[in-house]
Amino acid sequence: MSVITYRQALRDTLRAEMHRDENVFLMGEEIGVFEGSYKITEGLLKEFGERRVRDTPIAEEGFVGAAIGAAMLGLRPVVEIMTINFSLIAIDQIINHAAKIYGMFGGQTSVPMVIRTPGGGGQQLGATHSQNIELFYSFVPGLKVLAPSTPAEAAAMLRAAIRDDDPVLFLENLGLYNSKGEVPEGDETVAEIGRAAVTREGTDITLIGYSRMAMVAGQVAEALAAEGISVEVVDLRSLRPLDRQTIVESVCKTGSAVIAEDDWLTYGIGAEIAASIQEGAFDYLDAPVRRVAMAEVPMPYAKPLESAALPSVESITTAVKETLNAVGRRVG
Amino acid sequence: MRVLPRQLDQPLLRPAVEPGVGAHALASPEQQATAPAFSGSTGPEEADSYVERHTMADTAKPKGGGTTRSTGGRRRSRKDSPSNIADEQPKVLLEYYRQMLLIRRFEERTGQAYTQARIGGYCHLNLGEEATIVGLMTALQERDYLFTNYRDHGYAIGKGMSPRSVMAELYGRSTGAAKGWGGSMHMYDTETRMLGGYGIVGGQLPLATGAALAISYRGGDEVVMCQMGDGTTNIGAWHESLNIASLWNLPVIFVVINNYTGMGTPVEASSAEPELYKRGSAFRIEGVRVDGRDVLAVRDAAANLVERARSEQRPFLLEATSYRMKGHSVVDPAKYRTKEQVEEARSNDPITAFEATLEKAGILTEEAKQEIADSVREEVADAAEFAENSPHPEVSTLFDYTYATPVANESRRMPADPVFAE
Ligand SMILES: Cc1ncc(C[n+]2csc(CCOP(=O)(O)OP(=O)(O)O)c2C)c(N)n1
Ligand SMILES: [Mg+2]
Repeated sequence: MSVITYRQALRDTLRAEMHRDENVFLMGEEIGVFEGSYKITEGLLKEFGERRVRDTPIAEEGFVGAAIGAAMLGLRPVVEIMTINFSLIAIDQIINHAAKIYGMFGGQTSVPMVIRTPGGGGQQLGATHSQNIELFYSFVPGLKVLAPSTPAEAAAMLRAAIRDDDPVLFLENLGLYNSKGEVPEGDETVAEIGRAAVTREGTDITLIGYSRMAMVAGQVAEALAAEGISVEVVDLRSLRPLDRQTIVESVCKTGSAVIAEDDWLTYGIGAEIAASIQEGAFDYLDAPVRRVAMAEVPMPYAKPLESAALPSVESITTAVKETLNAVGRRVG
Repeated sequence: MRVLPRQLDQPLLRPAVEPGVGAHALASPEQQATAPAFSGSTGPEEADSYVERHTMADTAKPKGGGTTRSTGGRRRSRKDSPSNIADEQPKVLLEYYRQMLLIRRFEERTGQAYTQARIGGYCHLNLGEEATIVGLMTALQERDYLFTNYRDHGYAIGKGMSPRSVMAELYGRSTGAAKGWGGSMHMYDTETRMLGGYGIVGGQLPLATGAALAISYRGGDEVVMCQMGDGTTNIGAWHESLNIASLWNLPVIFVVINNYTGMGTPVEASSAEPELYKRGSAFRIEGVRVDGRDVLAVRDAAANLVERARSEQRPFLLEATSYRMKGHSVVDPAKYRTKEQVEEARSNDPITAFEATLEKAGILTEEAKQEIADSVREEVADAAEFAENSPHPEVSTLFDYTYATPVANESRRMPADPVFAE
């Protein structure tokens, strides 16, 4: 076992996959000479050269589309979009093309590609650079959307994404890149796409999150354990397909649920989870399902405003306690 | 009037040059020596080409016998320049004629079936573009790839797909090219390397660029042809794709079919530079304009660029001018057209013209004409009958093509199913 950062886990996996398969290559803005805006691809240009680590012009639609075309001919491009905000320039290619080509042409050609991109807020980047719009992609059949929360998960899921024959949107998070976790030495685990995980067992309440919010959910559960509250944490890991079964089984056991999401609440990922819970665990629910989500404003720059707008350990803790109170357990 | 900075203005004012449009990539050197300078370029839109200054300096002399010539302001009409018919094999010419006629009759039949509600969705026909299509497809090798827009039936047939599979796709049958999943706008066939008709304007450009990237990555010698309409040169994907293709030296030919209209919008109202072949200059992509009504001119221009793309590993831009014989799609009565415009389109029918040329040259006899007409009619009737008699796709196959790699928890619920089935 070694403890490495999420960033390192991604980089190690990219390097290993490129060594494993000549068809795997990287494309994106500033990933080569500049070594990545967030240094995920540090050292890879030197190791693999320009053919396999390809700096692109600032043309998200053009280079994401080019990756799709290359994938149609059997290459396995791994594209980096600097942050998910800029994926909006490429959304036509992602939704109207990558997600459609396999089905629309009757299953003749698959599109084996990965789009890696970080979401995130809390970096004082203002309204256009702090969005969490993974929902747009999670909405679309034909895409697979992954959102790992730990270094080990990131490695196993990136491996799976690269080896998968479908287009995968691989959601990272600015707030996770420096987080650390154990990754077994020489680990070759290929995650199963489409599975959530119970990352902490508990009996009082289910707390559901993904990406950074799954990490924060773990911190909340840890803190509440000291107060005698047993929180079960579900890490969604895959936003499409969505593993409703794992969620519902947990809620049937605990009787209540709180969802923590970094996106906006209205029509958000949490709305889909809540709807699934009411349909799958209606008879088991002792309290309404609560959602903790971003305030519905374009993200402000000023720190106090930004902090107030984002879900936090405190706001999630409050929602958990209020839900338990509603159930009839006095937890203060 | 707009005043351009001198450096930008200058190349535009130079006499247009002609890298290879009159050259015959498919003809022997002797033939070239005797061929008229602009054998391929006829009609009111005399073929000329614009080569950006730097490209001129950087680009080696065109291969395949191509030469750079000034048009010298000469204008040629179809009548005084019957192409170089004498240099061509009659058999080959008759085959072009046959293919053009096949597309014409196929599209007429398609329009008819659409009106009878045998075909659904949008339906854009290639009527008037037959010479362009046959010329372009003749210039491609089997191993070359093709991407097109939604006006794709003729291209699909031209690239080698069977009229049966195209018609069955139009009918939405399981025997169709895309098993009934694509329809009119989305013909596709891996075998003949027709990599798709695309319904989103400009969507095919980044994809074609990426296909060329894959070829370049592997060191292959295929080229990619990417067809689009005049209206498409104004979307972001155009700029991003041409830039990337040039930057990375990718073997892709961007072909603009300029029918002077995008739906109802004239090209002058949509493109600030309506001479579209010039628009490659911003990317140092050499552009050529050719008369799309002339199958030989299109073939020669395209073949030259295709082979240059192959040998030079460079992108090129080819503009083929043509007339849309009917509305934008089958349901469009094209009321925005004046009587004169309708007449102009009709008088520019590429098939009538080619037929007359062949007849005059004694190549198309009355007998051969009848024979070809019959065999084409039969082929189209056979395609329609095949489509008509083919089964609809089974509803049980509804979830077969969402993902290529099976995945846990993939939703397979029908509209009224509960999320959690027993
Ligand atoms: C992105 C997008 N915008 C608008 C449309 C609707 N549309 C379909 S065809 C068309 C005109 C395109 O004209 P042109 O590129 O000249 O091709 P043509 O139809 O003349 O062959 C438009 C606006 C579309 N399909 N995609
Ligand atoms: Mg047009």
